Amino acid sequence: MSATLKTERPLFEGADWEFSTVQKCHDAIQEIAVGEMGLDVYPNQIEVIGTEQMLDAYSSIGMPLFYKHWSFGKHFARDEAMYRAGMQGLAYEIVINSNPCISYIMEENSATMQALVIAHAAFGHNHFFKNNYLFKQWTDADGILDYLEFARDYVLECEEKYGETAVEALLDAGHALMSHAVHRYPRARATNLRMEEKRERERRQHDEQVFNDLWRTVPGQAAVRLDPTALERRRAILQLPAENILYFMEKTAPRLAPWQRELLRIVRQVAQYFYPQGQTKLMNEGCATFVHYKIMTRLHEQGKLTDGAMVEFLRSHTNVVFQPDYDDRRYSGINPYALGFAMMQDIERICIEPTAEDVQYFPDIAGKGNAMAVLRDIWANYRDESFILQFLSPRIIRHFGLFHVLDDADSPSLRVRAIHDELGYRNIKRTLAKQYDVGWSTPDIQVVDVDLAGDRKLIVHHRVLNKILLEENDAKLVLQHLADLWGYDVLMKEVDATTDAVLKEHIVSPRAGALGA
Amino acid sequence: MHIVDRRLNPGGKSLANRQRFIRRARSMIKKSVHEASGGRSIKDADSGGELVLPAQGVREPSFRRSASGGIRDYLLPGNKEYTVGDEIPRPEGGGGGSGSDGSQDGNGEDEFRFALSRDEFLELFLDDLELPDLAKRRVANTESVSYERAGYSVSGNPTNLALLRTVRNSLSRRIALHRPKPEELQALRDEIETLEPGERRRALEEELSRKERRTVLIPYIDPLDVRYKRFDAVPKAVAQAVMFCLMDVSGSMTEHMKDLAKRFYILLYIFLKRRYKNVELVFIRHTHTASEVDEDTFFHSPDTGGTVVSTALDEMQRTIADRYDPSAWNIYAAQASDGDNTASDNERTANLLVNKILPCCQYYAYLEVGRDIEHFPPGFMRRDSDLWQTYEALVASGAPMAMRKVGHRRDIYPVFRDLFARKVGTEIAAP
Repeated sequence: MSATLKTERPLFEGADWEFSTVQKCHDAIQEIAVGEMGLDVYPNQIEVIGTEQMLDAYSSIGMPLFYKHWSFGKHFARDEAMYRAGMQGLAYEIVINSNPCISYIMEENSATMQALVIAHAAFGHNHFFKNNYLFKQWTDADGILDYLEFARDYVLECEEKYGETAVEALLDAGHALMSHAVHRYPRARATNLRMEEKRERERRQHDEQVFNDLWRTVPGQAAVRLDPTALERRRAILQLPAENILYFMEKTAPRLAPWQRELLRIVRQVAQYFYPQGQTKLMNEGCATFVHYKIMTRLHEQGKLTDGAMVEFLRSHTNVVFQPDYDDRRYSGINPYALGFAMMQDIERICIEPTAEDVQYFPDIAGKGNAMAVLRDIWANYRDESFILQFLSPRIIRHFGLFHVLDDADSPSLRVRAIHDELGYRNIKRTLAKQYDVGWSTPDIQVVDVDLAGDRKLIVHHRVLNKILLEENDAKLVLQHLADLWGYDVLMKEVDATTDAVLKEHIVSPRAGALGA
Repeated sequence: MHIVDRRLNPGGKSLANRQRFIRRARSMIKKSVHEASGGRSIKDADSGGELVLPAQGVREPSFRRSASGGIRDYLLPGNKEYTVGDEIPRPEGGGGGSGSDGSQDGNGEDEFRFALSRDEFLELFLDDLELPDLAKRRVANTESVSYERAGYSVSGNPTNLALLRTVRNSLSRRIALHRPKPEELQALRDEIETLEPGERRRALEEELSRKERRTVLIPYIDPLDVRYKRFDAVPKAVAQAVMFCLMDVSGSMTEHMKDLAKRFYILLYIFLKRRYKNVELVFIRHTHTASEVDEDTFFHSPDTGGTVVSTALDEMQRTIADRYDPSAWNIYAAQASDGDNTASDNERTANLLVNKILPCCQYYAYLEVGRDIEHFPPGFMRRDSDLWQTYEALVASGAPMAMRKVGHRRDIYPVFRDLFARKVGTEIAAP
């Protein structure tokens, strides 16, 4: 922090701010973020909101507009109660992966916090959204707001036509299966939510045009009998096994009405939109935290931040990147801000002043000099799991004192498998990466077969990893929803992934009139 | 870049969702409301507040792994003493480790807490009673403003300086910026004293002067630390009302009758609360003597003796004269009784009412509580009670009061509404 740089006037003094302050901060930050750090961002739209609106945004998973459902009301009620009781603070910001990128900032924030939030969300997250391959592949920043508007209106229209209860029942079922409503592997066609909306409108128009009441009374064709031996063929036609359960329901559930399929599709699209966020929490927050730290430090160097503002920033920053130890009462898992920020800083250090150890572990980037270029490349091409596998350095493992504990329900005590030493680095890296792998964190559930010739029973498998079964009560409730959607019995087998032994079976029959239609 | 000010957007975007949620959980919430109101006294019967619901009914299930059993890997930060191969006894309460493998949102919530607003609470509380629109204001609510503490602010009046908060901030800032402590400086000075001039002494002196400079640069209290107590303006009620609850507690009044009376009082209280911010309650119970008691004694402790209604009216009159000047207070009275009265007292009671009590009352209601009507054989006609006959004569001669009979819990509300609906015309005559 050499004094010679302090030539500029501070952007603001004291805690108060007005819109011109926000504009000035944004411009100064943009200069650094784009000019010096080479970030590539969507145009920004910054929206100033109050507490109540922040709670609103919370309850509709951060989206500015959303269809109506009681579960959002439930979350609102709980968040509000917690907030009013002082048990939980509110986030300083919410940022939406859209083009233009919308960041919400709270009116209660001080000027320093607004600058921090702009650097963090409007540039850090924004850059990540625009450049990370997962977001590029899975989400459509241009179309999301329009699609959500379509979804909201469509749900509203369905409520008017078919009644709130029927819509609610269907959305309940959809939400229960939301965690299994994504395609994990990309298909050829790119996502385009605008097309989605258009497609639905056209299909409805077509239906209306060709509607002819006469045909309703014509006796239907006799059901086509499938050759019972052609199991393989049947599975191929139905595209089984299917892991995207909602997609499978939407396409093949025999008893659903078109509007019900469309609602499932909406739930599915939303799940798909949020899919990359779950896989890049660590990197996304790491990136944004690193960016805001860099930018704020730089602003202070340039004399655009007063010392007081800098202290306020550092205080808030250290709170954010605080990682309590495992035996601390405050411990609740690894803080993605802390680990992400530490790893980004570490990568920068490796690029600029590598140790012998770094050269050994990271020959590709050690001493490469241009840290920002390396980081930008990483932010574009990795997700949490691969990022940790590749870049969790021994230094970070030592710094956090990471250790691996194995808990086998069959043995009386837990066992330490690896600690932060030469022998343990590899193991720790792999175990941690696995925790961030969605393949491990959500149970592997697939639709494997349908008894088309017989009673149309749907057969679903849970491939059990490490002998951890599904939480039984929840599983039963979800299966009930699934059976309601399917319209016939559903059989779930929990199958051990290594031995193929069936560990547990659940069978559920649909409830009459459960979907209210 | 655009900046959009959304603060002025209409709020309550979640209202529709909240209503859906309340509708969804209605039966549970209602049960919870009734449970909550059972334990409340009349005074806070309508205060809204936090409810606890079992999470089961508003659960949003998803496929997730069970929290117990199987083989799990935990990766934890902050290793202090463990080396590879150490055995750690399994922590109590199953699970194991600290649950770093937990599901993303699978907080195993087993109950769900949330706050109902006063109106939502009332609506649910009166749901099977249906509070009608009684919004005929007779007394304007003039309000003045008082100030209440509401957190801290960074600006304010010096008299409102929050010393503790300010010093706490200053302390953390001093720790963060490594401001030298006076003891440190003193220790340095002492050490320098003991040293001969030389290399070491010069170094220490340099350090001392560096630290002293730092002490000056980093102030003990910086304007940044200063916090003020914040005060919010809270409207204060000026219009005030007092509600007299009169009840016969002689042996003939059963628990059932008292319960009916209590329900009626609650309704009346809520009703008054909607008009006056400030409602006081006076409980007067009587047998052949009357006394003012607290709520608990009023409803719960039995008394024995004859029944002389006029004693209660005497007591009420005395209390009004003592504490509630009719020109400053809106006076409401509700009398509950099973209708018994000593025959010789009826005339005195009527006189007292017409001449003393009614002229200074805003409203007087008489509620005759009976046994559950169903207990009477069909076709059985009850004879009107002494008190009823006395009062009926008064009402017939145009006295501004209302009277009803109630036999069952479900009648309370219709009777209540009926009372107020009928009063509108006559009430204006009795300001």
